[in-house]
Amino acid sequence: MTSADLRIAGVARGALVRFTFDGREIEAHEGESVAAALWAAGVRAWSGERKPGQPPSRALFCAMGVCQQCALWIDGRRVESCRAAVRAGMEVRTAPPAATAATSPAAPRADEFDVVVLGAGPAGATAALEAQAQGLRAVLVDEAAAAGGQVFRVAPGIAGDGGEGDALRAAVGAAGIERCFDTRVWSVERVDERWLVHALDPHGARCLRARALIVASGATERHHPFAGWDRPGVIGLAAATILLKAQRMLPGREVVVAGSGPLLLLVAKSIVEAGGRVVAVVDSQPRAAWLAQVPALASRPDLVARGLAWRRTMMRAGVPYHFSRTLTRVAGEPPSLAVEVSGGLILRADAVCCGYGLMPATDATRLIGASHAYTPERGGWHVVVDDDQRCDRDHVFAAGDCTGIAGAAAAPLSGRIAALSAARDLGRLDDAAFRRAAAPLKRQRDRAARFGLGVTRVAVAPAAAIAADTLVCQCEGLTRATLAAAIDGGCATLNELKTATRCGMGPCGGRLCEDAAARLVAARLGVARDAVGQATGRPPLRPVDLDALAGAFDYEALPIAAPSPL
Amino acid sequence: MGATAALRAAQGGMRAIVLERESLAAGASGVNAGTLSLSIKRVRLMPYAMRGHAWWRAAGDAVGFKQTGGYTLAFNAREAQLLEERMAMKAEAGAPIEMVSPAAVRAREPALSDRIVAASFCAADGHADSTRTGAYLRALLREAGIEVAEHAAVDAIEPGFRVRARDKTFAGKRILIAAGAWTRGVAALLGVALPIDVNVNTVSVTEAGPVRLSSGIGHATGLLTLKQKGNGSYLIGGGWQGRGSPEQGRGEVATDTLLQNLQLARYAVPAIAHARVIRSWTGFEAHVPDYYPLAGALPGVADAYLLACVRGGYTIGPCIGPLVAELMLGIEPALPLFDPARFAAAA
Repeated sequence: MTSADLRIAGVARGALVRFTFDGREIEAHEGESVAAALWAAGVRAWSGERKPGQPPSRALFCAMGVCQQCALWIDGRRVESCRAAVRAGMEVRTAPPAATAATSPAAPRADEFDVVVLGAGPAGATAALEAQAQGLRAVLVDEAAAAGGQVFRVAPGIAGDGGEGDALRAAVGAAGIERCFDTRVWSVERVDERWLVHALDPHGARCLRARALIVASGATERHHPFAGWDRPGVIGLAAATILLKAQRMLPGREVVVAGSGPLLLLVAKSIVEAGGRVVAVVDSQPRAAWLAQVPALASRPDLVARGLAWRRTMMRAGVPYHFSRTLTRVAGEPPSLAVEVSGGLILRADAVCCGYGLMPATDATRLIGASHAYTPERGGWHVVVDDDQRCDRDHVFAAGDCTGIAGAAAAPLSGRIAALSAARDLGRLDDAAFRRAAAPLKRQRDRAARFGLGVTRVAVAPAAAIAADTLVCQCEGLTRATLAAAIDGGCATLNELKTATRCGMGPCGGRLCEDAAARLVAARLGVARDAVGQATGRPPLRPVDLDALAGAFDYEALPIAAPSPL
Repeated sequence: MGATAALRAAQGGMRAIVLERESLAAGASGVNAGTLSLSIKRVRLMPYAMRGHAWWRAAGDAVGFKQTGGYTLAFNAREAQLLEERMAMKAEAGAPIEMVSPAAVRAREPALSDRIVAASFCAADGHADSTRTGAYLRALLREAGIEVAEHAAVDAIEPGFRVRARDKTFAGKRILIAAGAWTRGVAALLGVALPIDVNVNTVSVTEAGPVRLSSGIGHATGLLTLKQKGNGSYLIGGGWQGRGSPEQGRGEVATDTLLQNLQLARYAVPAIAHARVIRSWTGFEAHVPDYYPLAGALPGVADAYLLACVRGGYTIGPCIGPLVAELMLGIEPALPLFDPARFAAAA
């Protein structure tokens, strides 16, 4: 690897192997994501006919399998390349194979548990550990190859930075928790007093049946559209943290870091520490925004000190920090991007990382039919839970950031409470024992959440208007002007906007555009954000290969004996 | 249904207002798979389907109408016999349907299964983009000067008629109930009981990709509709049942029937194997026990009319709506209607 390599030096990685990208040989480390390997090889996007309903093709944008823009044909299947681990001899293509790859779908596997935990981040993994400790047969499910969620994410074969994530993974391993990793949950339904979790793993279809469900689906990033946010070289702020922390790679050598919230400093200082240059930090919030949260932040002086230390690292490195500014346009091609900032500043960079805080990920809980509330201080729409982490659907509990962005410290505490509640529901714990165990955890949870929620209050969308010709829905190619016209034409809710314009109907399922679209509706009609509603939860929760879903089947066994009426 | 009836009524000189519980075409008309196929229609409804089809063809680009032609497939001897018998009757009823050899089908559509035992082709079959129905109807109604009140679910009807929808009252000499899956409840407001059941039909869509199929695909049993849109998305339907009811709000996709629907699609068109499904949803479709329309006077209530439970209603609606309007106008409808009174004794 040359010195221009974006891979951070001095990190133990998997063996060097080769794979092909449209026939071009690429050298990479076994275990890194294909998307990161392409990024390091200088690939930022690929051309090809872009059809309506197809998002732009970019090597990276969200880095967590949501935006679908990095999807490529890998060994004959369409997969998000940010979720595919490099293997020697892998064939990666931008165009589908001419002939449909041979398939040998497996018969679906069904398993019975006491509780299924969706999401193996700090909340979910801890919930599973507690459930197991209470004598429940629990299974922990996650799309990633290991526990840790996004906040403690690691890539196979790449040394993590130790600490909480490694400890969590070690605990999960040591306790012998039943795990379904590399497993994509695509639907959840209630049938005959049981929750059925439908999933796909590398071997095929699985159905996990349980009496109780703990949803720990975490968070997703909030975006505020600006001209050029769909261009190669622009990635999310959360994506940058994943690249830096899990893939141990710089987003660029000259990076603009923009948006709001705690990830700004985290990404900027990580880039500086790894030898990259931060051209500028562009914070949409005023300087005083953090000061206003001091009362909430005071509960964690250690984290405050850490934040201040990051600030000092940046100042020593001479990184310009702009407050109350937003990105208005990114133009050009990597490595020469022209980044326009409100107020007239123009910066030059080879990568732009931009995001406006985290929002609870509610797709699973919407599908389940649990009630949600819109609470700005919690990051927006979130599933409603009571003090025992219980949702309003039978035997469903939720923990961690999906209940409100309260941060990584509060997450394990709410996870444990959820598990205790599930144990009580399932008769393993009587009321008195539950109260005894849960009471101290609740106090700690609420204390930890005060800090986390304080931070969330700074991670907000800017008030800046979106230009008329700026793309809001990238999948369907809808500009702010198009959506505004539909709103003026009578769309008053997100669902109505979706029906009228197809906004949110693309492969990313509205995850990139829903928040911005809803803000647009609310602002244009002068109504409260919750009046605009959420999009209806529909399966599959993520795109899934039809063959893998269909699995092995016998045509003659299909229930088509009785034809429709003539 | 209601919109085209209103248009015909207005054309005949009546002043009409459309009361819609949600937004125009938010019901079945806006969420179905967009299939405009004669091959799949019931024999007795074929003349209605052909007229409705012509309306969609005239709407053209405004609704994304495409006349692709369609194949209906059989994969074993039993299905082949069913197909031949049924298609002969449908052709006799006027649909341009002919049997074609499996080899001929495969030559024209190489993406199809090599296990086809028998097939029929209908040159008229096509589809539209159901999500564009609402906007199109809204434009037509506006052009015709017909008032539309949306988000106006009806909660009381007094004979005469005074209709209360939310906090507003509407008065009219005649009333047409064309409330789709909610018809039973609305008719009950006038004291009329109807044996209406509601199906929960499932539709799925895949992400954009290479175009491999140009015709619409159906199955001898009628239990599959499959088409590929211009951007390569496949739309898969066929009436596989989800769960839920209109009273419960939205329906819910049932995984077992979803998978069976996808399996049938996969069997018929192997080329969709690695398309990724990005969304599945359900829509309500009302029916009565004989699966024929309720189209005519509302039993027992003067100046009240009913139009609902039309199987294949997306295609047939624009034909049968105007026919009911003609009844209201005192004109002999061009085609016979389907008297709801046949169920007056029941329920």
